[in-house]
Amino acid sequence: MMKTIKYIGLAIFLIGLTIFTASIFLGSFEMSQKELNTYIAEKNYKSEIIKQELSKAIVDKELNIFEFSSVVREAFETSNNYYDKLIAKYNAEKNWKKKGEQYKYKIFGKPHTLSYEIAKKSGKGIIKENSGLLWFLTFGLGIIGALLFILPNVILLGKPGIKNDHIYQNSATNRGLMAWLVLVYLVLFYLVLYFMPDYVVNWTYILDPISKTLNGGSASQWFVYGFLYCTIMLVMSVRMYIKYRHNKYQIIRTTSVLFFQIVFAFLIPEIMTSLNMPGYDFKNAFPLDYDFFFEWNLKSLTESGAIGIFILVWGTLLTLVIVPVMVYFFGKRWYCSWVCGCGGLAETLGDPYRQHSNKSLNAWKLERWLIHAVLAFSLVMTIVTLYCYFSSASSFIGIKSQWIKDTYSFLIGAWFAGVIGTGFYPIFGNRVWCRFGCPLAAYLGLVQRFKSRFRITTNGGQCISCGNCSTYCEQGIDVRAYAQKGENIVRSSCVGCGICSAVCPRGVLKLENGPEAGRINPTEILLGNDVDLMQLVNKK
Amino acid sequence: MEHIVIIGNGISGVTAARHIRKNSDKRITIVSAESKYFFSRTALMYIYMGHMKFEHTQPYENWFWKKNRIDLKQGFVTKIDTSNKSLLFSDDTTLIYDKLIIATGSKPNKFGWPGQDLDGVMGMYHKQDLENLEKFAPDNKVCKRAVIVGGGLIGIELAEMLRSRDIPVTFLVRESSFWNGVLTAQESEMINQHIKEHHIDLRLSTNLKEIKSDENGKVISVIIEETGEEIACDVVGLTAGVTPNIDFLKESKIETKRGVLVNRFLETNVKDVYAIGDCAEQHEAIGQRRNIEAVWYTGRMMGETVAQTITGNKRAYNPGHWFNSAKFLDIEYQTYGWVFSERNKKENEVYFQWKHATKNICITISYDKDSHQFLGINTFGIRMRHEIFDKWLTENQSLEYVIEYLADANFDPEFYSLYEADIVAKFNKEMGTDIKSKKKSWKRIFKIA
Repeated sequence: MMKTIKYIGLAIFLIGLTIFTASIFLGSFEMSQKELNTYIAEKNYKSEIIKQELSKAIVDKELNIFEFSSVVREAFETSNNYYDKLIAKYNAEKNWKKKGEQYKYKIFGKPHTLSYEIAKKSGKGIIKENSGLLWFLTFGLGIIGALLFILPNVILLGKPGIKNDHIYQNSATNRGLMAWLVLVYLVLFYLVLYFMPDYVVNWTYILDPISKTLNGGSASQWFVYGFLYCTIMLVMSVRMYIKYRHNKYQIIRTTSVLFFQIVFAFLIPEIMTSLNMPGYDFKNAFPLDYDFFFEWNLKSLTESGAIGIFILVWGTLLTLVIVPVMVYFFGKRWYCSWVCGCGGLAETLGDPYRQHSNKSLNAWKLERWLIHAVLAFSLVMTIVTLYCYFSSASSFIGIKSQWIKDTYSFLIGAWFAGVIGTGFYPIFGNRVWCRFGCPLAAYLGLVQRFKSRFRITTNGGQCISCGNCSTYCEQGIDVRAYAQKGENIVRSSCVGCGICSAVCPRGVLKLENGPEAGRINPTEILLGNDVDLMQLVNKK
Repeated sequence: MEHIVIIGNGISGVTAARHIRKNSDKRITIVSAESKYFFSRTALMYIYMGHMKFEHTQPYENWFWKKNRIDLKQGFVTKIDTSNKSLLFSDDTTLIYDKLIIATGSKPNKFGWPGQDLDGVMGMYHKQDLENLEKFAPDNKVCKRAVIVGGGLIGIELAEMLRSRDIPVTFLVRESSFWNGVLTAQESEMINQHIKEHHIDLRLSTNLKEIKSDENGKVISVIIEETGEEIACDVVGLTAGVTPNIDFLKESKIETKRGVLVNRFLETNVKDVYAIGDCAEQHEAIGQRRNIEAVWYTGRMMGETVAQTITGNKRAYNPGHWFNSAKFLDIEYQTYGWVFSERNKKENEVYFQWKHATKNICITISYDKDSHQFLGINTFGIRMRHEIFDKWLTENQSLEYVIEYLADANFDPEFYSLYEADIVAKFNKEMGTDIKSKKKSWKRIFKIA
């Protein structure tokens, strides 16, 4: 009975996912000449070529999004090429005046982004006209199906307690075919979202009504991502609540990450936007929030009056004071597994994959090199950016400000944090980004390792080396290596998710904030064996 | 260079090897027939249940042994020639040692039941047992029912394993209540109920008479001693305790009884031969401990001790206060000091007990009737701090002190409900005292003056 409900749920979820995916291909895209003229005037494109080319390409054509994207990008390319040639020509003729005049005709921006902007205004057909119905058929079915799949676990999992049965016997959670399929889907999703947003412009139509209600404007691809993110976390939190219903730490922690995602990362920025303020996620700390000190952001904040200045001061204080002080008292967990959005997704959507983190010594070595390199990268980028902002130079110590920002955004912001960070969940575990890449985690980790009250206490000599703790550590810490020696676990990478303590069958591990003295406690002989009793007595 | 050979790569042997390496440069060889690399026997159940893979049960990566110059030899020792200090293997090869540590652990008890060696009859102790279980009980189609004989810690774990694959389980327990030779009646009854809640067919006061086979020598049913009832089954788990695994020593000069007899320095009667872990038997019991202690922690402690002796720092095996832990399906159990069951306790031992009204949470504190000295505690569903109880036992604290400061000992995860107030209230009511529970203090916990 319960299993039937589960399978029905899965079927409904897959239908929702299929419609969501297929919706990309639906509808048609075109503009009337009048609409195009208005658009070009709005965008202030001075190029005559782009007007001609776009007219040819999209006026009264009924194209699907892929054809549309292709012809629009071509139009921009043709236009830009035309003026590039002129520039080259005048350059050769040393006609500097003429050469200089051509630049105003050039159109800057990523081709897919330019195409996205036009596509957003050109969509016609079923999705745009039935956004409510489509919402139900995609998000609605997805949510209903997922909940039907998850809720029967209340009965199926049996009595409250650790229920990890069959994790390594199930294709989806044991790196089988299912896991690879999920990986491919997630990776494609991120690639499209980051690099080809025009392809998924239909998704933004589905959420336009919700976006308009919240912030007064229509939905962008980032609104879609934010909404989807919150929805997934909400649904997967239900799964967490059921799976760990015997464990109050997990229940409260899950509620916390969910709250900070929905309220701080999603609702508050949207509402701020509707109030004509810069949308800001008050919990997103630099350097995870890597563009906080970018010129455009500083400019936007300094031009936004009191709230802008407040955000500027808050963001700076958050990183320099609040974050380290909180880590001193509670460990980096207060951020990474209680507040952070990346952590929030990892702890909900990613929980079924936590066992895939690599526990080898080599992985630990790689982790230390990589994460501190990213921290250094982000700091260098910020120093260059700030120097250029204040001095109006375009480069510092030989590094071009624009180049380093673009490189970081592309390599770290998009590829590492998104495509790899989340896309690789099913195979490499749910904390790839947090462990190997997040510069904020690196910073918090340094504080946690050297100046914090947080530790995971090992309970004397009770460890039986079973390995549950290490297996389920999402950060790849070999917890058992410490526990079986009677040592507390004090590691910079520990995000304090508390699962090691939860899965321990012998009550050996406890996350706690205590005095710094004795936090790190190397032991020769474990508690229970009194070989050195006399020596111990003499020491005291 | 002196050559230390250790037979057995369980927790005892491996701990000994690691500590010998820490303190010396001696040549070390670990011999094992079971598996090349050390794995945690206690985790075998989680492999079958799909919580882990075999590799996760290995506490050290495979490069660890070479890096620490610990040679691993796979082989089965058939004979020990102590006069020539030589081991003979089943493949007729030999190995010369300077010092020998026997750490061969246990094997499941078999009490001469007819059919006890049939196909489909197994213990749950060795890696091979797990492979056997996968073969005979991969799912509930191949294995329509399993019968487990013997109500101890391994028995209940095997039941849990089989239930994870929805295989019907009948659990034969000789005692009138589960593990009541160790647990108090209240605790034992709680576990009885919990076993039944997990849809395990628990048969108390029930013994096995014989195991019947089909024409191919595979188990087909068991017969119950008391009623003569025949229960059809495809797997029989024998989990009625363990015995030292020392058959290969029979013809040697090493003195044995049930186990390998050792003195407090873990030395056998033969010079340069030591025995540790489950297979070692003390001439005289240490304190209230048994002569043979087949427990993970004591195996490790003996390994730590013998390594000191072998590296020139001669130490007696001197275990501190008793402790142990287990998990009965969903219920965690810890014990510190001595709490004997009603069946085994002495005159002077009395309990204070508390149980949650609805949840599977309870404690038993054992104390001396006259002096009120705290003797030990059993906890179910509440984790306790080992160091605190070790300290209180060393300090001979009173029952009242333990009750008053119980919050210091709580080791449950943060935000868990606390029951100290409840426990103290019951205590005050029963004992006519007016103790007020002290709040948890980091200063006391970490002994900061």
